[in-house]
Amino acid sequence: MSYNFRFSALLPYTDEIVRGVVLTLQLSVITMSIGLVIGLFVALARTGSIPVLRGAATTYVEAIRNTPLLVQLLIVFFGLPHLGIRFDANTAAVVALSINLGAYCGEILRAGLQSIRTSQVEAGRSLGLTAGQTFRHVVLFQAVKAVYPALTSQFVLLLLATSVVSAIGATELFSEASFIDSRTYRSFETYSLITAAYLVLTLTFRALFAVVWQLVFVRRSRSR
Amino acid sequence: MIREFGPNDIVYLLEAARWTVALALIAAVGGGILGVIVAVLRIVPFKPANWLAIGFINLIQGTPLLGQLFVFFFGLPLFHVVVDPWVAAALSLSIYASAFLGEIWRGSLQSVSPRQWEAGASLGLPYHQRLLHVILPQAIRIAVPPTVGFLVQLVKDTSLTALIGFVELTRESQILSNSTYAPLQVYGVAALIYFVICFALTRLSQRLERTPHAAR
Amino acid sequence: MPLVEVSDIHKSFGVVEVLKGISLTVDKGEIVAVIGRSGSGKSTMLRCLNGLEKVQAGRIVVAGTEVTSPDADLNRLRQQAGMVFQSYNLFPHLSVERNITLALTLVRKMKLPAAREIAKEMVARVGLADKLGAYPDELSGGQQQRVAIARSLAMQPTLMLFDEITSALDPELVGEVLRVLEGVAKDGMTMMLVTHEMNFAKNVADRVIFMHEGRIHEDGPARQTLVEPRTAELRSFLSAVLH
Ligand SMILES: Nc1ncnc2c1ncn2[C@@H]1O[C@H](COP(=O)(O)OP(=O)(O)OP(=O)(O)O)[C@@H](O)[C@H]1O
Ligand SMILES: [Mg+2]
Repeated sequence: MSYNFRFSALLPYTDEIVRGVVLTLQLSVITMSIGLVIGLFVALARTGSIPVLRGAATTYVEAIRNTPLLVQLLIVFFGLPHLGIRFDANTAAVVALSINLGAYCGEILRAGLQSIRTSQVEAGRSLGLTAGQTFRHVVLFQAVKAVYPALTSQFVLLLLATSVVSAIGATELFSEASFIDSRTYRSFETYSLITAAYLVLTLTFRALFAVVWQLVFVRRSRSR
Repeated sequence: MIREFGPNDIVYLLEAARWTVALALIAAVGGGILGVIVAVLRIVPFKPANWLAIGFINLIQGTPLLGQLFVFFFGLPLFHVVVDPWVAAALSLSIYASAFLGEIWRGSLQSVSPRQWEAGASLGLPYHQRLLHVILPQAIRIAVPPTVGFLVQLVKDTSLTALIGFVELTRESQILSNSTYAPLQVYGVAALIYFVICFALTRLSQRLERTPHAAR
Repeated sequence: MPLVEVSDIHKSFGVVEVLKGISLTVDKGEIVAVIGRSGSGKSTMLRCLNGLEKVQAGRIVVAGTEVTSPDADLNRLRQQAGMVFQSYNLFPHLSVERNITLALTLVRKMKLPAAREIAKEMVARVGLADKLGAYPDELSGGQQQRVAIARSLAMQPTLMLFDEITSALDPELVGEVLRVLEGVAKDGMTMMLVTHEMNFAKNVADRVIFMHEGRIHEDGPARQTLVEPRTAELRSFLSAVLH
């Protein structure tokens, strides 16, 4: 083996890597928030009684879940301008990722809502809570608890998927890799290191999600 | 030179989709074989093997497939393997798939109740027959829907190989989009092709989920 | 020579000692009811007899096989000592017939047609002749349990172990299973059964073993032991189960 691995060649680019990590975190957190809200509406539409909304939500979910994120991204960034809808690369990334995540969150939350028995709703209503209060305090909490593991693994998948937006030139961790690569010509080292950086991020996210689980769901249900 | 988007382009896209399907199939088969090894390493009563498998699974499931593709694409030549996006894509996707399939199959195997093992034992069935006739048939039924579900994922994931220059459906779309300047139509048709493949698989997995007499 | 010989077995799960020195013998043809509070070790003892649990000390010999020896042929032993569980444990992916013929063809190396004859005979014996082609999820709990008994009987064991086989059943289904058990008993099978059905123990069993905190606390003729318990523990246990 004649190749000399030189990870030290990447040392001068620490700033770029850190910046990439921060950008990826920002992108992920923004997308998770928007995706969760979209997902909630989708779940409500799919479990609700209005046929038009139900149909629209189902179509949206199926369309997104059965096509690749990269193609969705290309449509948003290159296709939509032809309809007069124009985004810069970073906005297009948020839009495409949120639309994508929203469909998956919608499915997960729908399963959660459907796992809550009607007796729970009746119990809430019979205590004098309004429909909205019952939903927020009784149904939603339990539904999110039921699907929390699925939801958080979806978030981790999203974190990894953000790397794809480098394809349209949005700035995040993976796009820093091609920048560093173009300067150092150390492609293998660069991409190995950047890929490993994602591992640190996913492990951190998993740990955070586990802490939130403990704080929000375990402690609360024990003290109640 | 810019030309109109026409029926020919649809044919080009369909032809490119064959590579998408071929790549997904290779990754499914390669990933399936490796996945069995991963699942076995994960459950054998030998701690170092378990750790190895767990480490591998966490590494693959904790890093972006795109990163894995680039690492293989740039890494393979260092080991004097020919630089070819096709090889890098097939190898990388197989390894990626093995981590997921291995976990799906381990979970299925372990979700068959230990009482089924005991019932088999109580009839005098030796270990391998218990596994073969009692546990595996039940585990396979449990495993089929999530396995097909993962294949949908795999088909979509092949699109990322476009970014290391493998010409499959997505890469072909990018090329046609540049030459026709009709990205909406080109990507729209590409999305439709993906949809048809994935939706068919999704439906299949939903149908398989309803097989009768599955384990309770 | 007794069919079952247990001498001073000890069994722990982690630090908890569940069997604290059990000794007993069971003769051929004997029907032994095992009773006792939840957690007293009844299931564990039964499971030790066919090697589903390993003991830490003591010796078990069943039908001439030394279960506790490290090189015991457990698969052969288990053909001799059939076991039926509380949760039926039928194979859900196989029909009633295949549930019964599976071990006959694989273990006994029987040809399928011969095995099917036996299956037919066995389901008739438990009153389910018409369910040969059914799958477990198409049967009631009582029917599933009767198939489980038929499946075990088909192996022609010399000893049958039953662990609370009616406990998971709806009350109206208990009778049909107990009637099948009674039939098996009448045919001369050696049986050990953990049960909470005191009337059944009194009327069908020859002998009752009362387990308490991992030991055999009383052991005697069924009727006498249940009607005139000698120890305070059995008396309080009986008054608890009989209200
Ligand atoms: N696999 C196991 N691991 C750890 N502890 C066990 C295990 N199996 C049984 N035990 C413990 O051993 C004790 C005896 O259990 P066993 O099942 O033999 O009781 P039992 O008399 O059959 O009770 P029941 O009437 O509830 O079936 C219990 O305290 C139980 O918790
Ligand atoms: Mg028990």
